[in-house]
Amino acid sequence: MTATPKRRIKWSNVVDHLVLIAGSAVMILPVVMLLQMASNPDIETMRNGPGMTFGDRLPANTTKALFEASGFSGANSGVRMLYNSFILGIGFAVGKIVLGMMAAYAIVYFRLRFATLAFWMIFTTLLLPLEVRILPSYEIVQKLGMLNTFQGLIIPLIASATATFFFRQFFRAVPEELVEAARIDGAGPVKFFIDILIPLSRTMIAAMFIIMFVYGWNQYLWPTMITTDEDMYTLVRGIKQITQSLEGTNLPEYGRANMLALLAILPPVLIVIFFQSWFVKGLTESDK
Amino acid sequence: MKRAGFTQRWLPILLLMPQLVIIAVFFYWPAAYGLRSSFFLQDPFGFSETFVGFGNYLTLMRSPSYLKSAGFTVIFSVLVTFLSLAIALILAVKADRVIRGAKTYRTLLMWVYAVAPPVAGVIGLIMFDQSWGPLVDFAALFGWDFVLGVNYFDTAFAMVVVSVWKQIPVNFIFFLSGLQSIPRSVREAALIDNRSASGRFWDVTFPLLAPTGFFLLITNITYSLFDTFGIIDTTVKGEPGNNPMTLVYKVYVDGFRGNDMGGSSAQSVILMVLVLLMTVFQFRLIERRIHYT
Repeated sequence: MTATPKRRIKWSNVVDHLVLIAGSAVMILPVVMLLQMASNPDIETMRNGPGMTFGDRLPANTTKALFEASGFSGANSGVRMLYNSFILGIGFAVGKIVLGMMAAYAIVYFRLRFATLAFWMIFTTLLLPLEVRILPSYEIVQKLGMLNTFQGLIIPLIASATATFFFRQFFRAVPEELVEAARIDGAGPVKFFIDILIPLSRTMIAAMFIIMFVYGWNQYLWPTMITTDEDMYTLVRGIKQITQSLEGTNLPEYGRANMLALLAILPPVLIVIFFQSWFVKGLTESDK
Repeated sequence: MKRAGFTQRWLPILLLMPQLVIIAVFFYWPAAYGLRSSFFLQDPFGFSETFVGFGNYLTLMRSPSYLKSAGFTVIFSVLVTFLSLAIALILAVKADRVIRGAKTYRTLLMWVYAVAPPVAGVIGLIMFDQSWGPLVDFAALFGWDFVLGVNYFDTAFAMVVVSVWKQIPVNFIFFLSGLQSIPRSVREAALIDNRSASGRFWDVTFPLLAPTGFFLLITNITYSLFDTFGIIDTTVKGEPGNNPMTLVYKVYVDGFRGNDMGGSSAQSVILMVLVLLMTVFQFRLIERRIHYT
């Protein structure tokens, strides 16, 4: 490369861009390959794998992914799994935020005798992820008769204090004068919470919602254990069955499988990209 | 608590109740139940159980497959943590420095955060596909006959690659926001004092990133222990057999598939203790907070 006499190329700058381009390519190429494979006939994919050319099967494979089911019952169509995934993601996020805000409000704004005890009871849950108590949790959900229900899917996942901790930090940073002023004006705790604190936390709620939605949507181990009925599968839970159907069949349905994987990726990724600034703020501030 | 708090008696209890009830039923009960069953031996059908004290733990300590999986977990966690932190740091430093396209790079490098681990595992299966996987073809250039799901080392290699790929974005986000919070004045002062870019990085930027780094260290270890479950489950194609397994995956395989409730609970308890120790360590670090600003 020759540098023009007037403008010198800064080599370090070029290296920076090359490294970033390489990094971005590593991140994005595998998903482009999924899309490419989903746009080709299955037979083509089976022979050659991912390639350079895009075919015309994208609409056909999308229809197949959305409306065809692979299980015995025929209940786990893409649409059904998409629906279940949304319920899990939204239910989890809303449940976490509502419970977390209520508990954090009680802990921060009230004089309560056993506040310290409640505080420790809640925050101990931060120590043990669901994965380490997965089997006993399963047995208890079974005892309560909540297998294959949305309650059984969502509520045990909510039993941890991440959101509570987050809102506690946030409420503590809210200026003291605010609650004093509210009390002088005669606002009770409920009015203060609804009319002042919630509007004040709007951005934080949005950030929490994004993080929690993605977390809930992406759950795998818990749904795998709790949902055995195919009409309760989420996309992420159904993914294993999809990969297993690729093994040992004469003509595996690559197009459908790749399309379903893309469907499982798309909603959380779009949310994270579109609400990037909120999401990054929430993520990096939740741990301080 | 706020100085000017409210004094109502029942309202806070009412507010706390839902969270406390859920935690009691779905956290404390299972945790206690797991702790208890780790001291018992259950028959496979769940009809009877006998108290065996630390028997389950002793069996584990003597079990070659458990020790093997523990060893694998350590190596796996170290590799995933180190590689994903290092690569993310390099990318964050570059992304912090460029001006043109900074936002685009940021988006392109962080969106994988939202990809579920098992889906990342499926992508790994495609990349390492036996007959046409691009990475298998790449390995073949070096005479490496890559066999996923059959060869222990190859499977472990694929697990590490996929786990690192999935974890880089989170670390990238944190490092980048850490870099961007370094005050301009500090950077300019460093620029005057030290002409070499790498010298500036190691003497100024790196120490200022230390708090972020320590926090990420714990997060990454936790990630490689627990959140990689989906990656491992898809990569072994549902045939754990001879394949590498992390400890969390083994809890699931032994308890859920092997019906060994006692042994699996003992494994859970060991993991609980491990996580507890790590969290205590983390809190102490945050208390002392290695801070230079």
